[in-house]
Amino acid sequence: MMVAALAIVLQRNLFSVVVLSGLYSFLMATVLVALDAVDVAMTEASVGAGVSTVLLLGALYLCGGEETKPLRRPPLPFLAAMVIGGLIVYGTLGLPAFSDPSAPIHTHVVPEYLEGAMEETGVPNVVTAVLASYRGYDTLGETTVVFTAGAGVIALLRRRRKNGDKR
Amino acid sequence: MTAFASHYSYFVTVFLMIAGVYIVIARGNLVKKLVGLGIFQTSVYLLYIAPGKLIGGTAPIIADGFRTYSNPLPHVLILTAIVVGVATLALGLAIVVRIREAYGSIEEDEILAKDAEDEPRRAER
Amino acid sequence: MKRDLVLRVVGKLLIPFMLLFALYVQFHGDFGPGGGFQAGVIGAAAVIFYALIYGLPAARSLVPERIVESMVAAGVLIYASVGVAGILLGGNYLDYFVLSPDPAHGQERGIFWVEVGVAVTVSGVMLKIFYMFAGRGRDLDA
Repeated sequence: MMVAALAIVLQRNLFSVVVLSGLYSFLMATVLVALDAVDVAMTEASVGAGVSTVLLLGALYLCGGEETKPLRRPPLPFLAAMVIGGLIVYGTLGLPAFSDPSAPIHTHVVPEYLEGAMEETGVPNVVTAVLASYRGYDTLGETTVVFTAGAGVIALLRRRRKNGDKR
Repeated sequence: MTAFASHYSYFVTVFLMIAGVYIVIARGNLVKKLVGLGIFQTSVYLLYIAPGKLIGGTAPIIADGFRTYSNPLPHVLILTAIVVGVATLALGLAIVVRIREAYGSIEEDEILAKDAEDEPRRAER
Repeated sequence: MKRDLVLRVVGKLLIPFMLLFALYVQFHGDFGPGGGFQAGVIGAAAVIFYALIYGLPAARSLVPERIVESMVAAGVLIYASVGVAGILLGGNYLDYFVLSPDPAHGQERGIFWVEVGVAVTVSGVMLKIFYMFAGRGRDLDA
């Protein structure tokens, strides 16, 4: 996956960038399955490697430009990225280790969800129960965000058919 | 160092984050910037989900015979984040299409140059 | 592309299964991985696949623009009206346990309708965005 990301950084041809991003999404979905996040993996595979690729290809079809041009390559962005990376790595050293059962994420609110999901909602899939019932407001907000994105794209790309004016 | 073995997931996350940020700030093509933003977003998904995994646990679907489950709460948040991410990608691409029709190019340098040469004409209006 | 035999045959085999799989993921989201979002995206992907093979006008006559646009809004309305139904039956907004005499069954009903709303909106939006991108600029060839 890191190799795929590196390849996207270095690639020039936009079509291969789009294909590589689809590949990267599939690899990310595999890693997510290995991390036991099956719902997320299914969503990432269908959305990231499916719809995202279709939208990028659609945009490429409309934009037409295939190659990015070689730039003057100032060193500043690379140095800035390295400095930011170093700082974040230093910050993550203070986070709990991988798979630590006493980390706060596992002890705070989740045991009630895991135990209460079956009796209170009757739904074995805890992720669906939390998404639709315990945190239902968030899902309402997210559906509204999706609706807004659709409305925004309609507003941006709609054609007004005036006589002879194609804009 | 034992810190490397127990924090390995964070290093991968930071590498992907840096790759995404570098594409956004250092490449001029607008579509490639959006792809870089997508890479950055997926690294954040990894940042949230990796700490939720318990070795020896299973997916958070309650079934007989399993005692430990991986944490379902990050899954819920990231599910929302993925869908919001694709919504932003769609809107960004729509804006890029409009920019292309207005300026004729999707390279940042050319767009800025075209704006700079239009500036005096717009100023004297 | 509709003259290519392999694509047509594979499309005719796969598209019904993709739609069926979308419905399966939607309704089995309670017992396995799945739920509204995945089902919406897979359903939209099936129609997009059809549009890629047979051309945009054929897909537009199969799923007209009016239906897609109303799907986009209808899903959010379904979700919000589940909340209003909670108010009308005596609870707070988006309370599910008042929807049925047995509170757990009320939760199941609420979750079912909420997921339906989400799937309808997501598939409508994905399809509409695809129609907009593919139909702009060169909407003359099939």
